[in-house]
Amino acid sequence: MIEMKSIKKTYDTGSVSFDALKGIDLDVDKNEFIAIVGPSGSGKSTLMNLMGCLDTPTGGEYMLEGNRVETLSSNQLAEIRNRRVGFVFQAFNLLPYATAYENVELPILYAGLKHKERKRRVTELLGKVGLADKMANKPTEMSGGEMQRVAIARALANNPQLILADEPTGNLDTASGGEIINIFEELWRDGRTVIMITHDTNIAKRCQRLIRLKDGRIDTDNGNGNGNGRH
Amino acid sequence: MLVFVSLKQFFRDLRNQKLRTFMTIFGIMWGTISVILLLAFGTGLQEHQVKSFKGLGEQISIIWSGVTSKPWNGLPRGRRVRLTEEDITNIKISVPGIRRISPEYTGHSVMLKSHRNNLVANVSGVWPEFGMMRNIIARDGGRFINARDMDEKRRTIFIGDELAEKLFPGEDPIGQSLQVRGMPFVVVGVMVTKSQDSSYGGRDKRNAYIPSTTFQSMYSQRFPNNTIVQAVDDGAMKGVIDGFYRYLAAKYNFDPEDTEALQIWDTSEGFKFFYTFFMAFKLFLVGIGCLTLITGGIGVTNIMNVVLEERTKEIGIKMALGAKRATIMFQFMFETILLTFIGGAVGFALALIIIKLFPLLNMTDELGTPIVHFSESLGAVAILGIIAFLAGFFPARRAARLEPVKALKLF
Ligand SMILES: Nc1ncnc2c1ncn2[C@@H]1O[C@H](COP(=O)(O)OP(=O)(O)OP(=O)(O)O)[C@@H](O)[C@H]1O
Ligand SMILES: [Mg+2]
Repeated sequence: MIEMKSIKKTYDTGSVSFDALKGIDLDVDKNEFIAIVGPSGSGKSTLMNLMGCLDTPTGGEYMLEGNRVETLSSNQLAEIRNRRVGFVFQAFNLLPYATAYENVELPILYAGLKHKERKRRVTELLGKVGLADKMANKPTEMSGGEMQRVAIARALANNPQLILADEPTGNLDTASGGEIINIFEELWRDGRTVIMITHDTNIAKRCQRLIRLKDGRIDTDNGNGNGNGRH
Repeated sequence: MLVFVSLKQFFRDLRNQKLRTFMTIFGIMWGTISVILLLAFGTGLQEHQVKSFKGLGEQISIIWSGVTSKPWNGLPRGRRVRLTEEDITNIKISVPGIRRISPEYTGHSVMLKSHRNNLVANVSGVWPEFGMMRNIIARDGGRFINARDMDEKRRTIFIGDELAEKLFPGEDPIGQSLQVRGMPFVVVGVMVTKSQDSSYGGRDKRNAYIPSTTFQSMYSQRFPNNTIVQAVDDGAMKGVIDGFYRYLAAKYNFDPEDTEALQIWDTSEGFKFFYTFFMAFKLFLVGIGCLTLITGGIGVTNIMNVVLEERTKEIGIKMALGAKRATIMFQFMFETILLTFIGGAVGFALALIIIKLFPLLNMTDELGTPIVHFSESLGAVAILGIIAFLAGFFPARRAARLEPVKALKLF
């Protein structure tokens, strides 16, 4: 599903440039459940943004579901973000003025589906994350856990096979965080690939594979051929 | 390529972002109203002032008798110089550049008595040309003093609009009888309401006019109180006045250079000053209009900047969800154009309403009637719209060209 070869990311901030990723080699198969951990500033978010095509690497090769990402046009990238990847942010990133329904509907609109089909999907997705009764609520009228569940429903809108989540429970209490992780686990059991960044070792333990970053490199990786995966 | 995702979504965004929508519309509307009103009231005031100035008459001079200030040919100074009606007739024939001339005999505080009311007013005995010189125009159905009135010394009277209102409230005065110092006159005309900002001996709306011949038979006054002369064009007045001095100096034996021998008010002098003043005023208006536009433009730009952070983040989110650049830019452009249009239209409508309602405030006598300039106003709206568009376009395009994470993190 994902093949990264010596992926590099250098941030240029004025005169100084900073190597946030110094060569990442990473293969992810279909239907993996991966936790990415590592100290703050080690490059976890940077890596995940590259995986989700929200940013472009400054070096290396990235194959996503058979597409060479570096060669894609901006419209093709938009299509990948729209259909292939579901991204869940720590800060939710919901449109503040739109209702839960409208937020979830947005990616389906961009995919060009008709009103009836959109309605069916949005209703189903919000039902799945347990928010059937909050469809008309705006983000300001919801709790953090609820907002994150809306964000998950939105990430699932076009039924992507890859779910990326950057500290999805970072802004939540343990109880609502636990609910979120349950949902991710369920998505994985449905056959999707779920990759999430977390600082919580209990959450990391529930994943099948653990990748530890340090200083822009993969420090340890217990999966994919290393033979010490828990499944 | 699917450029425009859905009209419904577009209008939903507008509805959801009430503040942003409102502020953009408001900015454009405010700029539009200011520019339109400024132009309308400015030109209204200007035209009103010009008209009022002309209320006294165009290119006219008013001449009163004077006293000589220099000895001449052995004669002492301090002699009175007074024109007779005969002098006026001679001057009209002999001095070039005169378009119209008329003596004016004035009876002050004359009792006027209609079947409804009594009052006192100034009654002037004049020639028929007087009305045309002084822009005294008869209302429909009436007329000013005419040549036959003069020849036959008729007891005909022309009255100002305010007099008509008081003497014949709610009635048509024309053809009615009016007693002047106890003698019956027939009202032949009523003055059309005019604005007048300068006068001698009272505003015309409160005066009455009778033929000079009739006046003389009533009062046997030898010398007219003053003479009114109108030059053929702007440049001719000086020559006309010189002609007056030359003719009278020869006849009454005084120094033609002695300006004190006559008192002359040349209103065309004032008019020249007035015109320069109004050219300056016009330039001033244009300047203010430009400043207003700039201020409006800055306001709109500020509004666009206030929403920039929100908009950039929104663009980041939308792109992260798979929106294409073209979709985002198209929505933005459509939004700005629509809001500009609405703001401009509402501003236009409000300005028109204000202009239409303004006369109800009863200040048109002082400020004139505002005049709408459609093409200028449209131009102003267009400029504001372009400013709004550019102020929003470049930041939006920059955000849409960024990687989604950068747009999300820009602020
Ligand atoms: N836009 C940017 N410009 C410059 N430097 C950046 C930028 N984004 C991230 N960095 C730097 O790159 C490094 C990696 O950042 P990244 O956000 O990937 O860390 P992280 O592992 O996600 O940390 P955290 O656990 O705190 O979220 C950090 O040192 C950070 O300062
Ligand atoms: Mg991070």
